[in-house]
Amino acid sequence: MTATPTPAQLAARAEAREQVRADLRAKAVTTEEVTGAESIVRSLEEVGADTVFGIPGGAILPAYDPLMDSKRLRHILVRHEQGGGHAASGYAHATGKVGVTMATSGPGATNLVTPLADAHMDSIPLVAITGQVAAGAIGTDAFQEADIVGITMPITKHSFLVTDPADIPRTVAEAFHIAATGRPGPVLVDIAKSAMQARTTFSWPQDLQLPGYHPVTKPHAKQIREAAKLLATARRPVLYVGGGVIRAGASELLRKLVDLSGAPVVTTLMARGAVPDSHPQNLGMPGMHGTVPAVAALQKADLIFALGARFDDRVTGKLSSFAPRAAVIHADIDPAEIGKNRAVDVPIVGDLREVIGDLLPELAKEHESVGRPDLEGWWRQVDGWRETYPLGFTDTADGHLAPQHVIQRLGELAGPDAIYAGGVGQHQMWAAQFIRYEKPRTWINSGGLGTMGYSVPAAMGAKVGQPDAEVWAIDGDGCFQMTNQELATCTINDIPIKVAVINNSSLGMVRQWQTLFYNERYSNTDLHTGHGTARVPDFVKLAEAYGCEGIRVESPSEVDDAIKRAQQIDDRPVVVDFTVSRDAMVWPMVAAGVSNDDIQYARGISPSWERED
Amino acid sequence: MSRHTLSVLVENKPGVLTRVAGLFARRAFNIHSLAVGPTEHEEISRITVVVDVEEHPLEQVTKQLNKLVHVIKIVELDPESSVQRELLLVKVRADAAARSGVLEVVELFRAHVVDVTPDAVVIEATGTGAKLNALLAALEPYGVREIVKSGTLAIGRGPRSITDRALERVVRSA
Repeated sequence: MTATPTPAQLAARAEAREQVRADLRAKAVTTEEVTGAESIVRSLEEVGADTVFGIPGGAILPAYDPLMDSKRLRHILVRHEQGGGHAASGYAHATGKVGVTMATSGPGATNLVTPLADAHMDSIPLVAITGQVAAGAIGTDAFQEADIVGITMPITKHSFLVTDPADIPRTVAEAFHIAATGRPGPVLVDIAKSAMQARTTFSWPQDLQLPGYHPVTKPHAKQIREAAKLLATARRPVLYVGGGVIRAGASELLRKLVDLSGAPVVTTLMARGAVPDSHPQNLGMPGMHGTVPAVAALQKADLIFALGARFDDRVTGKLSSFAPRAAVIHADIDPAEIGKNRAVDVPIVGDLREVIGDLLPELAKEHESVGRPDLEGWWRQVDGWRETYPLGFTDTADGHLAPQHVIQRLGELAGPDAIYAGGVGQHQMWAAQFIRYEKPRTWINSGGLGTMGYSVPAAMGAKVGQPDAEVWAIDGDGCFQMTNQELATCTINDIPIKVAVINNSSLGMVRQWQTLFYNERYSNTDLHTGHGTARVPDFVKLAEAYGCEGIRVESPSEVDDAIKRAQQIDDRPVVVDFTVSRDAMVWPMVAAGVSNDDIQYARGISPSWERED
Repeated sequence: MSRHTLSVLVENKPGVLTRVAGLFARRAFNIHSLAVGPTEHEEISRITVVVDVEEHPLEQVTKQLNKLVHVIKIVELDPESSVQRELLLVKVRADAAARSGVLEVVELFRAHVVDVTPDAVVIEATGTGAKLNALLAALEPYGVREIVKSGTLAIGRGPRSITDRALERVVRSA
């Protein structure tokens, strides 16, 4: 134990630090006399932001004036703050950088609530800058006043209210630091209009004052050794890979662990692409709509090694019967995730790059001393499930286009270099199932919050972040109607995304549940956009109204041509309205609240599990 | 359910209490009492929170609290190795006839009378929750008019200070 420092020691240290700072200041510090508004723009520039998705309004107006002159910031005027927030999220997801969104006070800020909650659930690094009414008016129910810091407290990693312009640079620096480090997440910076209008001094770099913020990145050596031991001796191990692997940029290292361990791998909805789908050990997605092999492997495992995953209810099904015989190693940068849902045998807190980096030599050492584990029997069992229960779909009963076919072909034609941004619902699950992902950051979707309307703005953000990539929004007709206004943003700002609307004329996933659990009583799920309906709205006309190319596809023979045509258009966005059968359902499925053992491969068909020895 | 006392050292900044209290509500943790005040270091405030939880949820409480950026340090103070006190102010009906009986109770519990009127007295007492409950029970027959209690305050026994090292962090980052 270290001794408590005396006040004199503390003072000496403080002095030494002050000296270092003074030296730094003398060397590199920029100091400018500016307005608070200019200070915001300068701070964003210095912190390394290059793109801001936002909309001006009264309280943020001062910041927009210097923004116009910035050579280093590209501001993209979105059509709705929610679109701006999701675009920043898509940008962050595709690039790994912090996404930035800007909005005014009151309704502008409250429109960011959904994107902030979304980014919070999916650990997306995001900074939202909102204008606030003048400091003196806070608390008076002023025009367009909303306590956005209070409103977003439960859905942000952290938030700031700035009323003193002198605090702007440090606050922006801290916001970006918090958003990007540890478990990434959204940070809100709410800045009073009066602080933007006042004169202040801008200086950079800034010292962060975050005494309570110290993410642990270096894992404990003892836990790493324990993990290596378990992994080297388990007979039925499974690597349960979550989105944290992608956030940590640990895919390449993970690949080595996969190869060295020889264990089956499952990649969650948030982790599709973290391990190539072409890798022979990848069993695909676990969970409610996971593959039978992935779900079964977890259920029958004797060891689950969770990496950057959080035992979400959509993965575990009924928690008490999830993987009943498995010991659990859980590695995550967020200590609060470890043991939250599932008791853990070996907890590892740390950055996954460090965790895997440390683990690889330990595991190799274990293999040297105890030999490589014999996983042959386990693989025989797993391969049996793969053979008997591959992912697939049947032709539709009504003769209309099968949505799975559309998505599968899209994945095959656009290939593993394209970026796919999903909405939420059936099309999202099919996109997670039927597209083969080979690289991280090519599958972008709203996993935790399940935000319908995510895909168009997220695809827009991804395209801005990766302008050379072919970016497809895979959307549903319900989702598309929630955020398609951002097509205007795409057209005007030369962001040529492609949108595949999987149009089944209904809120498909809800309808599927009505089919299965509510006696086919379709309460309020009919959207009238597809086959044999009034088509309100007509998505082709809507696309054209937004300056996009609109293409309608109604039969299987048109699918490939439409996709290829869309691929050739790069001077404007493209919307392909694939009108598909409304009766297609997502399989396999574990119904909500039941055990993963009761997975149904297709309606009424449950795998028969061989007896355990 | 068991009762746990946590000392939470936080940065002395606006909104910190909301963040801490909000976290408890949001994660469905039960707060038994909560008291907040300054410490010997102006940068640091100290929240003493008493929660009724099992061992496992308590770990979640602590981990979730630690994620709050303004939370510097959390220490669980167990009753054996810490001093835990509440402050009670109670207004009791005490006319001329009853006053001597009331004063006797006050004496017995080593409490103080801090306000006297012809019909009532205000009594100040400190102690553990159990002692204060016993005092209230003894006063009950005379007619308790009004009660106000602070949350539990707690401090570890012995020479060590939990704030010193927390302060070091604050200074280091400043």
